[in-house]
Amino acid sequence: MSNRQDADTQWSLWEVFVQPRSGAPHEHAGSVHAPDAELALQNARDVYARRGKAVSLWVIPTEQIVASTPSDRGPFFDPATDKAYRHPSFYRVDRSSEFE
Amino acid sequence: MNLPDSCDRSSTVDYLLRVADERLILGHRLSEWCGHAPILEEELALANIALDLLGQAEPILDLAGSLEGQGRSADDLVFFREAIDFRNALLVELPIGDFGFTIVRQFLFDAYSRLYFDRLRQSRLEGLGAIAEKALKEILYHRRHSRQWMLRLGIGTDESRRRVNDALQELWRFTGELFEVDQLEAQLVEAGVAVDRAALQAAWSSEVKEVLRELNLAPPDDGHQVGGGRRGRHTEHLGLLLAEMQILARSHPGAQW
Repeated sequence: MSNRQDADTQWSLWEVFVQPRSGAPHEHAGSVHAPDAELALQNARDVYARRGKAVSLWVIPTEQIVASTPSDRGPFFDPATDKAYRHPSFYRVDRSSEFE
Repeated sequence: MNLPDSCDRSSTVDYLLRVADERLILGHRLSEWCGHAPILEEELALANIALDLLGQAEPILDLAGSLEGQGRSADDLVFFREAIDFRNALLVELPIGDFGFTIVRQFLFDAYSRLYFDRLRQSRLEGLGAIAEKALKEILYHRRHSRQWMLRLGIGTDESRRRVNDALQELWRFTGELFEVDQLEAQLVEAGVAVDRAALQAAWSSEVKEVLRELNLAPPDDGHQVGGGRRGRHTEHLGLLLAEMQILARSHPGAQW
């Protein structure tokens, strides 16, 4: 990623999170290119929030995101898959009323 | 539709065309960036603003058409008028130039547009205030967009700064027209229908000059100002714009898609 930025004049990448209504979590919507934070916010508005419902936007420099790698997959996630008692799935949450 | 007292019908129609055409023509100009903007995100931003401007023009043209009472729709007014019948200020019909030119024009226009629509909300013409109220939210965003770009291009590189400054010198002489009040408009201002543009100039000037000061750019001299757009005296550029904008509707009248 950082090599690519050096190689051309492309602006840096920002991840965009959109909050569809107040109280709801910000959800990842996609990414935009922008030269700085203020324009990242502006671009995010134009690309992701103009048509859909949104009450708040977050933009985060992509390079600031720390992600697990494919090789983490086994040790990170497999231990959870065969222990059903760990899953909070024995009661129902009505998502539609959760944030009212 | 009821007109406020002492308000002449054909003058009012003419006034509405002035307000609408400015937005229609600038919207069309901005749409020319489709496929040509420097980066995808900015292309979407410019297209969004173009669509906002067209969307603002439409209900005002509808209003003009219904007030005129000759059965002309907004589409008829857009596609079947000649250049001499268009009432926009010259500033908005100039070709898009480079990105710097486009941004400087938007910046000069948006500052004016915000002040204008803020006042237009108080118009006594039925329906016009509500249209202005709705448009104002979009205009506030447009103003933010062009202002942010001004700040970046103005202090960006030597080249971006030079282009912004060139555009400023080029465009300044078209800004006086935005605040020119003629006889027709003076009467409508009196009747509470039209905005007194002359009264906005000081606020516009100080808003624009504040940004220029921040960029350490000297505001151009007011010098010789050109105008005449609202009397139908346009630059040669408008005819070419209209040819492109109108050809489809004129070649296939009534076509739907």
